[in-house]
Amino acid sequence: MIDARALAPLRAALGSRIAIYALLLVFALFYLTPMMVVVLNSFRSFEEITRSSVLGFPTALRTDNWVQAWGTYCIAGACSGIKPYMWNSLMIVVPATLLSTLFGAMNGYVLSLWRFRGSNIIFGVITFGVFLPAQMKLVPWAIVLRDMGLSNSISGLVLVHVIQGLAFTTLFCRNYYLNVPQDLIKAAKIDGAGFLQIFWRIILPLSPPILIVTIIWQFTGIWNEFLYGITFSEGSQRPVTAALMALSANIAQAREYGIESAAVLIAALPTLLVYLLGGKYFVRGLTAGAVK
Amino acid sequence: MSTAKRTNDVTQVLHLTQPYISPSTTPSGSARRISRRWRFTLTEGLSRLLAGLVLATAVFYVVGFTAWTTWISFTDSTLLPDYTFVGFKHYARLLGSRVFQVAYGNLVIYGVGFIVGAAAIGLLLAVLIDLKIRAENALRTIYLYPMALSFVVTGTVWAWLLNPDIGIENFVRGLGWVNFRFDWLIDTDFAIYAVVIAAVWQASGFAMALLLAGLRSLDGDIYKAAQIDGASPARMYLKIMVPAIWPIVVSVLVILLQIAIKTYDLVRALTAGGPGIATTLPTNVVYDYMFQRGEMGAGAAAAVMLLLSLLLVILPYALFQRFQKRKQYRHD
Repeated sequence: MIDARALAPLRAALGSRIAIYALLLVFALFYLTPMMVVVLNSFRSFEEITRSSVLGFPTALRTDNWVQAWGTYCIAGACSGIKPYMWNSLMIVVPATLLSTLFGAMNGYVLSLWRFRGSNIIFGVITFGVFLPAQMKLVPWAIVLRDMGLSNSISGLVLVHVIQGLAFTTLFCRNYYLNVPQDLIKAAKIDGAGFLQIFWRIILPLSPPILIVTIIWQFTGIWNEFLYGITFSEGSQRPVTAALMALSANIAQAREYGIESAAVLIAALPTLLVYLLGGKYFVRGLTAGAVK
Repeated sequence: MSTAKRTNDVTQVLHLTQPYISPSTTPSGSARRISRRWRFTLTEGLSRLLAGLVLATAVFYVVGFTAWTTWISFTDSTLLPDYTFVGFKHYARLLGSRVFQVAYGNLVIYGVGFIVGAAAIGLLLAVLIDLKIRAENALRTIYLYPMALSFVVTGTVWAWLLNPDIGIENFVRGLGWVNFRFDWLIDTDFAIYAVVIAAVWQASGFAMALLLAGLRSLDGDIYKAAQIDGASPARMYLKIMVPAIWPIVVSVLVILLQIAIKTYDLVRALTAGGPGIATTLPTNVVYDYMFQRGEMGAGAAAAVMLLLSLLLVILPYALFQRFQKRKQYRHD
């Protein structure tokens, strides 16, 4: 849209291109340093790190930090590494992401295409849930989970995340479905299609673009969530973020920065992979929620 | 080439906001397959009931849970809920307590530092990237990836870097500057700025992404018009581009502000609220009352005040959004 010639004097006035790139690279370094530190430390030995600092290169390509972090390092008394907690997080994130997305799509479908008196108010209330701090929900959840017999269980955390996710997923899907022509629904109704049939056969096939955004958003959010995890689970039932915190808060033994680095990387890997593979959609999700 | 990519981006966005409708998805004649009318009515009723339940759950979750916590904040609940009304007792006590005052003081410093820092860096990077630079995609990926990490990871890693014994201070001293000092993390007066650094690191790329999307949505003519005006580039961006994307700037500020008010795990991972209570935020106070001290009523009161401080921001923003929409509507 902007032609290059029009920008030429502008660039010149802003100083040389070199200055721009230098600034961009300095910031790139700022963002990359913590990640490089973690990657490098995951290959350094305990002595190497404690003798100098966490900023340094490994002397050999050691993998024992990774092996210990994954399977044998002691976290809060249990010497099983980070593996079982990764598994817990996976058991939480997969069903919670899929269910919250499905229900959110359904809510969006009702609120955009089956509007009724007061549906806009209901949408407003649900959207407000996006801003509601988690602290407002901790006590009710504690009581509900206890009464349902789901305290300290993976299923309890799945339930929490499914319902917690509805605000975002409903918001995304409703705004997307607003652009589906009402006539399409009318035609289907005349053909005798029912509420669910229209959802399954017409709406869902139109939805992949928004479902990808929603799934990535939910996956990242649930995987990274900490507060619900630490409040509603203990010991072996904890998700990986809570285990990571327990690992770094371990004051009984000297800090094993190398092992912690490997554990941090393992825990961050799923969301980083999702970001690198689906980054385009990730950005779109961020902007879809905000720029609208 | 860059222009072509830009158009491509636009079509992708259009594709996102306007679902493609293929003619083959209309269910012609599928109704004939459902033979019995009563069965149709039954499934229809049940499916609508299910959808209604899901919708009602989402609404109850917001309204019911908020009301429930507010109710508990007016009671003397300790480890278990106890529904005897005690009025504003907890609110009065909290407002007068030192930890509460310190926490809100910290929130102001942290909030201002974080929002200004992340928005300013985000704007600077968005403008630089907007100047048609090479390796744009790579740089954008690098700037934004922290957003994919959890605050626990961010906090853990920055705790090492900012720890004077093992982090940057020790490293620089090792290079020869033996008197170099960078010990904010353990300094009562500066620890809160250490939290700001980590939070800005995590969220500034996100501000960049939103602002860049805004700049890219501007018409090319606005750039030409600005040049004819003879404005210097820095002035041009500040006086013309930024006002042109003002609604997005406001969105970014509001999103950053609500991230700031909700910040919890970052502090736990980075400083655990310390040294002392130097970096304790209101969210940490809520958790402390509810689950550490076992004073559920007081914790709930602290949570309600957290919500109120958030509303102070969200309500004007919602009104602003409404105003913008109405203005847009009138222009159309």
